[in-house]
Amino acid sequence: MMFSLPPQDMQAIWLSAKVASAATVISLPFGLGAAYCMVFVRLPGKAFFEGLINLPLVLPPVVVGYLLLLLLGRSSWLGQMLQAMHIRIIFTIFAAIIASSVIGFPLLVRSIRIGMENIDEHYLQASRTLGARWWDTLLTVILPLSGRAILAGMTLMFARSLGEFGATIILAGDIPGVTQTIPLAIYDYTNTPGGDSMALSLCLVSIALSFGVLLVNEAVSRKLRRERGR
Amino acid sequence: MKLEVSVRKNFGTFRIEAEFSLSGNRCGIFGPSGSGKSTLVHMLAGLLKPDRGRIILAGRPLFDDARGINLPPEERRIGVVFQHAHLFPHMNVQRNLLYGWQRTAAAERQIAPEALIEVLNLDSLLERRVGSLSGGEQQRVALGRTVLACPRLILMDEPLTGLDQDLKYQIIPYLKKVFSEFDMPLLFISHSLQEMQLMTDEVLVFEKGTLQQRLPAENLARRHLVTGARGYANLLTLVEPRPHGDLWRYRWGETELILTEPGLNGDNLFELGSKDITLFKGHPEATSARNILVCRVTSIFGDGNRIGVELACNGGRLISQIVPESVRELDIREGAEVVAVIKASAFRKLY
Repeated sequence: MMFSLPPQDMQAIWLSAKVASAATVISLPFGLGAAYCMVFVRLPGKAFFEGLINLPLVLPPVVVGYLLLLLLGRSSWLGQMLQAMHIRIIFTIFAAIIASSVIGFPLLVRSIRIGMENIDEHYLQASRTLGARWWDTLLTVILPLSGRAILAGMTLMFARSLGEFGATIILAGDIPGVTQTIPLAIYDYTNTPGGDSMALSLCLVSIALSFGVLLVNEAVSRKLRRERGR
Repeated sequence: MKLEVSVRKNFGTFRIEAEFSLSGNRCGIFGPSGSGKSTLVHMLAGLLKPDRGRIILAGRPLFDDARGINLPPEERRIGVVFQHAHLFPHMNVQRNLLYGWQRTAAAERQIAPEALIEVLNLDSLLERRVGSLSGGEQQRVALGRTVLACPRLILMDEPLTGLDQDLKYQIIPYLKKVFSEFDMPLLFISHSLQEMQLMTDEVLVFEKGTLQQRLPAENLARRHLVTGARGYANLLTLVEPRPHGDLWRYRWGETELILTEPGLNGDNLFELGSKDITLFKGHPEATSARNILVCRVTSIFGDGNRIGVELACNGGRLISQIVPESVRELDIREGAEVVAVIKASAFRKLY
């Protein structure tokens, strides 16, 4: 290794990876469902539904974090219910995952939706007239044909989650080893006298990670394109 | 197969209204583009919901607004071959072919994939990616894919329109072979009169969203002799080509014809325009044309300045187009004997 990092930095990196992966994986089925509904299902109030999903994209993350805190905090009925069941979310890694999921969700849905919208309707008609039910068509035609869009959405969401700060710091706090992800650790360093070089090295890690994600995305995307033969 | 249809659908100012019942195995829907043919196909297949009416296939209601029935496409057992093949791009030829077959109950699978693959000559393509196929190959796979789902009725929505002339005539023999071999009811949609003549027995003529007329394909073609500028196209199946000097001699029923075009063993389909058949009262002593057939007039139709004369020539049947003046001068009436003269180069090879 060209430079070694102190253990709490390694913890932050490991935590970031865990949070981003968990947020992406957990959100994926919901993202697929939401995108499918928006593209293929006729819903009343679709515009409202769409706006709601996209809201975290335009709201300051701090606002989203605060709203989540209100929703899950002790004073809300949901928070009380969780407390009665002895489930603690706020200031745990689960809070960081929830914050990242909500913030990254619009990016995931948007990308999958565009992919699904680009599928020629005739493929779906062919599949249905050949005897496939809607879920069969979803599994055998829609998902394979939107594979690259799904991958792109997951990449975007993963990368966004690696960098999530505003909502995380409010909902999950900044507890080293528990909820302190890379951005929070950098923030801490910049507030510490003489922490500049430490902040910079974590910045480099952050850049390397994000860039790595993009490269992997490009490679897999290319492979998918080749398999499709175009 | 019996198909009963009575549907109506409004699109703003355009309205589709169709009421008919079909029982033949080879029916056509004919009409110019924008006449509502494709919309009708979508309604039959369950891809578009009519505003009201009924669709009943072989006694089974597929759609009935009064009874609240609207079966989804996958439960209708109606196959569709679209204008473009629309093969699934992420599957190879074999997986495309078997897509519908795998979703058909074992009891309903009346066609063995191997038999169909042989008829459509797809053996060498099975492992290929669909993106690497030619247009004609793609359409053959699409046809096979639909047939293998063993539907009770196949709708073909302008399946030959996207193909160029050569490819089109390469596909038609396959189509005919599949439908004769597997005995599957067909509703063929097209704006091409020739395709109607080749693929159907009975034709429903649609215009501006409504059913205008219903008649045998042959009569539709004859009507075009009177109203259309291109005349009537005689479609002749010629067999056993043999060299004849620098020309080719074919057998046509019990008669022989001499053509400039070489052919293959098996059936060769040629088109002969009604205007390319000249009629003589007696045998012309000398003529540059190579085919001189003694025929009997079986019927005369048409009015205005285009008259169609149906001729029986030793088992074969031809339609010649002449003007009323010639009818009078040659004293052409039913039962009269005339001599039909055709140039060797007048025949256009379709396949």
